[in-house]
Amino acid sequence: MNDETALKGAALPQSIDETLGLLSSAGYVADRALATVLYLALKMKRPLFLEGEAGVGKTEIAKVLSATLGRDLIRLQCYEGLDVSTAVYEWNYAAQMVEIRMAEAAGETDRGELAQDIFSERFLIERPVLKAMRPHLSGPPVFLIDELDRADEAFEAFLLEVLSDSQVTIPEIGTIRAPEPPIVIITTNRTREIHDALKRRCLYHWVDYPDAERELTIVRTKVPGVNERLSGEVVAFVQRLRKEYELFKQPGVAETIDWATALTELDQLALNPEMVSDTLGTLLKYQDDIERIQGSEAKKIVDELKKEIVAGM
Amino acid sequence: MTDTPATEPGALADNIVHFARALRAAGLPVGPAAVIDAIRAVEVAGIASRDDFYWTLHSIFVKKRDQHAVFEEAFRIFWRSRGLVEKMLALLSPVAPPRGEPQKPKAAQARVANALQQDTLRQAKETKPEIEIDASFTVSGAEVLQTKDFAQMSAAEIAAAKTALARLILPVDTVRQRRLVASTARARIDPRRSLRASMRAGGDMIALKYRKPAEIHPPIVALCDISGSMSQYTRVFLHFLHALTENRRKVHTFLFGTRLSNVTRQLAMKDPDEALDACTGTVEDWSGGTRIATALHEFNRKWSRRVMHGGAIVLLITDGLERDSEEDLAVEMDRLHRSCRKLVWLNPLLRFDRFEAKARGIRAMLPHVDEFRPVHSLEAVEDLCNALAGDGKGAGNPRDWLRKVG
Repeated sequence: MNDETALKGAALPQSIDETLGLLSSAGYVADRALATVLYLALKMKRPLFLEGEAGVGKTEIAKVLSATLGRDLIRLQCYEGLDVSTAVYEWNYAAQMVEIRMAEAAGETDRGELAQDIFSERFLIERPVLKAMRPHLSGPPVFLIDELDRADEAFEAFLLEVLSDSQVTIPEIGTIRAPEPPIVIITTNRTREIHDALKRRCLYHWVDYPDAERELTIVRTKVPGVNERLSGEVVAFVQRLRKEYELFKQPGVAETIDWATALTELDQLALNPEMVSDTLGTLLKYQDDIERIQGSEAKKIVDELKKEIVAGM
Repeated sequence: MTDTPATEPGALADNIVHFARALRAAGLPVGPAAVIDAIRAVEVAGIASRDDFYWTLHSIFVKKRDQHAVFEEAFRIFWRSRGLVEKMLALLSPVAPPRGEPQKPKAAQARVANALQQDTLRQAKETKPEIEIDASFTVSGAEVLQTKDFAQMSAAEIAAAKTALARLILPVDTVRQRRLVASTARARIDPRRSLRASMRAGGDMIALKYRKPAEIHPPIVALCDISGSMSQYTRVFLHFLHALTENRRKVHTFLFGTRLSNVTRQLAMKDPDEALDACTGTVEDWSGGTRIATALHEFNRKWSRRVMHGGAIVLLITDGLERDSEEDLAVEMDRLHRSCRKLVWLNPLLRFDRFEAKARGIRAMLPHVDEFRPVHSLEAVEDLCNALAGDGKGAGNPRDWLRKVG
């Protein structure tokens, strides 16, 4: 690969299979549905709207994309109170004031020129949204808008222009347009509904918990040195928790990986009820849920799993 | 379109348009823009299998998780294995298409068109007859399947109550947000507006502009019991909730008897009678039994994270006479209490002067609520408004009731 292509970042995948391959090359095990949507988003240059429970790997997609495609990652973490001046752009007021004083001292009297000077790009502080609109050496960046549901509803409106036309309008300067639309990934945990106007501009995908087979692949890719038997049992245990127990917060893939890592660190080769009870805190994050599963219930599940595995052999 | 052989290039677009119409008839909000997107997406994706085709259309037409089921069904019916998808794929694929499965080509087209028509008809019918069926089973069973009219109260009574509720001064409670908005009070300096205004005036002077934290109405989540003993009160109270929904943006309303239903969308209709009709239409267990713990459990699990955003106030309207075990009830109440900013229990039983918190369900729930109030009369609803607005402190303390018996 010569320098120019290295600088430009990798080419976009040309088919759904290639997308799948791209993700798995970075250790992200995706299902075909996700790969399809992602491929379409890249190809049609449309934002991708990912919704799903916490810990199913929504944010990870953006990171993997930026790594495999060699693009810059610009991240906008949403929170309550987020507004234009922290998300899009801000003027450097102190410098502007100094500039006004200097103009006065120099005896400049042309008001129009002063106003134009004060509101020029020199005094503009770029925030993530505006940064994503700028040309990047390695090609259009990956722009991650994380946990959009945490921002106030009013904030969503600021994003509409960016999402549909890849441009930002600053009243004093004019419209700043991205040379090429960035790869926009929006994630939400669905703590509230996002307005339809915003969703309409995106491709939507619900990221679900993976099935047993895929989760097993994920654990084996993500936890180096995990025992084969242990990983199988861990995944079976978690899958059963999700299916049969109506927990307040079901464990996500991230928790499964944490748990498998914890057990591997403790040199476990297979699940045993006491160890499960002791390490349950890595898997379940609510005291009510832990209380329900700890002890006899955990023992029951482990025993049943063992029986099933023996029967399966 | 029916006569066009599927091998003509226009057939793909036509079929997607028809599929979109079927989806629209089934209730998905599919606009013309989405149809164009879908056709483009299918062209772009270079699809090789039925699965890919499915997920491509899915990514365009489905915008909410609940729509997935409708889409799946519509897709299955519309693109039923008449070789239609395969033909479409053959059109798209650059290599020579494998001969389609041995199917009668002429029948296929006509049947798809028929299927489409029938599906839309079936969909349209499906929503209505339920009510008729419901009406015929009104009498028996623990879960009374019926659609009841709110106007069963005497006409004079309901009219009076309605006008009173409309006239009611709604609570003006607000919570501070972290967003800042323009303000005339000298609070925090707003540099952006100050400098902008100064430049507009020539830049000689900088007159300071200010801003302050925005204030909004906190979200309200109402959980209303519609069991036999409660339905009368809930019916009147829904009028109040309707007025509240009109007034502020974030009010979520749930009805529960033996199951939990979300009627927020129905209550958002402008006309109160239509709105309440729509509510009764959605709910099948009106005036049946009640399972408070089960309903709360379902709410906690499925909805609390979705509607409690931003420090919600929960209004729980029930008499607390519970069939399920009290232990579950206490756990679920505790959970609910900890996910909201304030939990107000409205209990019409409080209208009795000599009410005592003796029932076991009530004793299980009381420790977990912040306020315990009556809702049997207009006066009580007025008191509730005041309490929400922050007046009338001290009243409705649940501990008073526990102490009296304890």
